Amino acid sequence: MNWLIAIFQVLLFVALAPLLAGWLKCCKCFLQNRRAPSLFQPYRDLLKLTRKQPVVSEQASWVFTRAPYIIFSATILAASVVPLIAVNLPTSASADVIVLVGFLGSARFFLALAGLDIGTAFGGMGSSREMTVSSLAEPAMLMAVFTLSMAASTTNLSVGITHVLNEGLVLRPSFVFALCALVLVAVAETGRIPIDNPTTHLELTMIHEAMILEYSGRHLALIEWASQLKLMLYGVLIANIFFPWGIAETFTPAALGYGLLCIMGKLTLLAIILALSETVVAKMRLFRVQEYLSFAYLLGLLGMLSHIILEASR
Amino acid sequence: MNIVEQDFYTQIILSMAALVGLTSFLMLGQGRLLRLIFVFALQGLLLTLTTALVAYSLDNPHLYISAVMTLALKVIFIPWMLRREVMQMNMHRDVEALSNKTALMLGGASLTVFSYYVLHPIVQTTSPAMLNALAVSLSVVLLGMLLMISHRQAIAHVVGFMSIENGLFFAAIVATNGMPMVVELGIAFDVLVAAVLFGIFFFHIRSSIDSLDVDKLNRLNEVDK
Repeated sequence: MNWLIAIFQVLLFVALAPLLAGWLKCCKCFLQNRRAPSLFQPYRDLLKLTRKQPVVSEQASWVFTRAPYIIFSATILAASVVPLIAVNLPTSASADVIVLVGFLGSARFFLALAGLDIGTAFGGMGSSREMTVSSLAEPAMLMAVFTLSMAASTTNLSVGITHVLNEGLVLRPSFVFALCALVLVAVAETGRIPIDNPTTHLELTMIHEAMILEYSGRHLALIEWASQLKLMLYGVLIANIFFPWGIAETFTPAALGYGLLCIMGKLTLLAIILALSETVVAKMRLFRVQEYLSFAYLLGLLGMLSHIILEASR
Repeated sequence: MNIVEQDFYTQIILSMAALVGLTSFLMLGQGRLLRLIFVFALQGLLLTLTTALVAYSLDNPHLYISAVMTLALKVIFIPWMLRREVMQMNMHRDVEALSNKTALMLGGASLTVFSYYVLHPIVQTTSPAMLNALAVSLSVVLLGMLLMISHRQAIAHVVGFMSIENGLFFAAIVATNGMPMVVELGIAFDVLVAAVLFGIFFFHIRSSIDSLDVDKLNRLNEVDK
């Protein structure tokens, strides 16, 4: 029964990710005085792409054609670790945060390989940029998550969230820092505006788009879907670690439904905030990304420090 | 003492302490003068909120006066004055290139650890939560000094100086639950006078060396080389 709910949760994750992307696009269009496409446009795009025939270069090796499947499944596995509507599910109990980062890391590894594999200049450039960003973002993310781990004395997300939930409303200075750090990292990792612009194909600035430039058809659909899934994953991480209220602790239909409503509400709000920041903030020069991410790392470090200095027992 | 066992008031004070520390870090890495002044005003606002909170929880009416004074001086007047000077000298578009920002930030983090380490022996004696906040305020003082060392613009030095004062003020509010009114009034007017004097000095420095970059002061000589 628990496994069924866990699988249901993962399916929900996969199914809702394009909806979040559509909602984000709606918010941005509204803020920029444009007419928004339908909320379900990402689904239609994915469907259209799966119907089309993928065009693969003759020089492409097996890495290029297999990579989308590996990336998509690794991202789904990562999503299965994150509690979406309920805690204490068997999938999230079997893996912790470090495994989550590992899944995302392996997905990124294959994406970078695929970018290099085809041998175009853009692909290689995108891969090198992506690895630069991620090598700086991963320590910052781990720092932020370790703050939660220290507070809850576990690296398991589900147990940690339950701990935060049962503690009631405790104002933790370290969580303020960890929240800021995780938001900065999430923006960098999902390739949103100050770091990378997901809608541009300008050669000077693109990172993610440069790597997937050669993809088409169902391969492109899978990669797009995986990146939408990653965006949602980070949103859920931020929402559920720091504001876990509403997540289901028992597996009754009412509790699960309430949990689903809560997480959708939280993600709606987060998407509005993200759209606002993307409209206000300008894209950063690539060489300033290192400053941005070292600031995120510093925030994570300060979170750990303030946990030790301000909160821990002595 | 775990944070879960503390009452809500202490938790808020500790969060405020963390946020004040964060604003110090934000100031440390800021190359643009207007943003530096804005973050400084934000720190003043946090101080005001902390003072008002202490006043409310201790039912100590004279702290409200001190909160209002902080609001008027450190959130409104001094930032406004500094901003006006920056605009007058047409420096609001300059971005100061900080040499090695990452090292600066990590230096700031190690100063935070250091201040905690220094205060550790004292912390054993009194209420731990309050003295934890004291460690943060000491680190705000040290970070203010680091800000003065690392930046070259005279206005950034003034902001660093004022943030040192903010750190001391925070320590006073949190650790002693408010100093006597006379002392607070005295400090407030000292700060006010200092701000005005700095303003005058800016114009003097600028008229004599045609810049507010204090590194150029090293090259002042009686005779031209």
